[in-house]
Amino acid sequence: MTADILVTAREQVLERGVPLDQEQVLRVLRTGDDDLTELLALAHEVRMAWCGPEIEVEGIVSIKTGGCPEDCHFCSQSGQFTSPVRSVWLNIPELVKAAEQTAATGASEFCIVAAVRGPDERLMTQMRAGVKAIKEAVDIEVAASLGMLSQDQVDDLVDMGVHRYNHNLETARSYFPEVVTTHSWEERWDTCLMVRGSGMELCCGCLVGMGETVEQRAELAAQLGELQPDEVPLNFLNPRPGTPFGDLPLMESSEALRTIAAFRLALPRTILRYAGGRELTLGDLGTRDGLLGGINAVIVGNYLTTLGRDPADDLALLDDLKMPIKALSSTL
Amino acid sequence: MRVDGPASFCGHCGEPLEGVHPVCAERLRMEPPRFCAHCRRRMQVQVTPTSWTARCVEHGELTSP
Repeated sequence: MTADILVTAREQVLERGVPLDQEQVLRVLRTGDDDLTELLALAHEVRMAWCGPEIEVEGIVSIKTGGCPEDCHFCSQSGQFTSPVRSVWLNIPELVKAAEQTAATGASEFCIVAAVRGPDERLMTQMRAGVKAIKEAVDIEVAASLGMLSQDQVDDLVDMGVHRYNHNLETARSYFPEVVTTHSWEERWDTCLMVRGSGMELCCGCLVGMGETVEQRAELAAQLGELQPDEVPLNFLNPRPGTPFGDLPLMESSEALRTIAAFRLALPRTILRYAGGRELTLGDLGTRDGLLGGINAVIVGNYLTTLGRDPADDLALLDDLKMPIKALSSTL
Repeated sequence: MRVDGPASFCGHCGEPLEGVHPVCAERLRMEPPRFCAHCRRRMQVQVTPTSWTARCVEHGELTSP
């Protein structure tokens, strides 16, 4: 028998395009494994109805790795932990080569990421040169993720031609102090608001499986719904050695899939992207289930400090699922 | 690498390679090595969308297969 919340969601989200609210998302997150197949199918229908069949493909690279002053407890790039990740900068020719590698996969997006609290002048100078060099050499949209921004830095990124900016909320406001102590959730929110008002698209996601409750996951979905980002990247904790969360267990795959579907029902029109941790949490079969359960974008290839699936495997899977890759022209 | 010969340290955890490190070996399928197998130094690792390099100041550079 279909859970009541799925009947409600079908009428409210699928037919009318009205997102689930926090209490409704919580009810979805509390559904059992017996309802999972039906839940994923509904989330897929919602994605197809309100986003369409295309999948947005993106590659990411770290322009400045490690040595970050912040203490995000999941992150191997913090300089405050005993993680083995060392600080390293990527030069411009290597950055352009990474963009070329990404474009060769058919991706329309290339995101440049730095492990910083916020960009200093050295990093902004590197970004100016890097974005210019990429735009001259590669046919791809450039996104950036450089931490917290000032309004002047937002304006500079717009001038450079950066079309989307990533700044994750990471987790629910109520759980954030358990995850980060060197800055506040509100500081993150403020940067997101600045980006949203700038003309750049806002990419704002999260990381689940960090010990938060399902109530806090529902809270997070509602907070993302309020922010209305263009894209939500969904990461699953990959416990990193030397970090405070290094010994946490992996999220159960059924719980991860339920979260994907619940977020799709909370964000019916948003680009919902598979980000880090899916290989470990979901494996090949779960990855397929998520693509048929609300996901409509992927990061292909490697992540910032860890490796991903072979891009050819992901592209073959998309082909098998008859999900066309969003062309660059459709993002312009 | 400038040094030939068997590895002495695990590229994942940096501990001596006495016996096998099955968990580390599994991890190294999904992440680049962080420690030099010859001297245990932490390496400078750069990951890009389709490759990686790991450089030891003493023993040179490893690249993804």
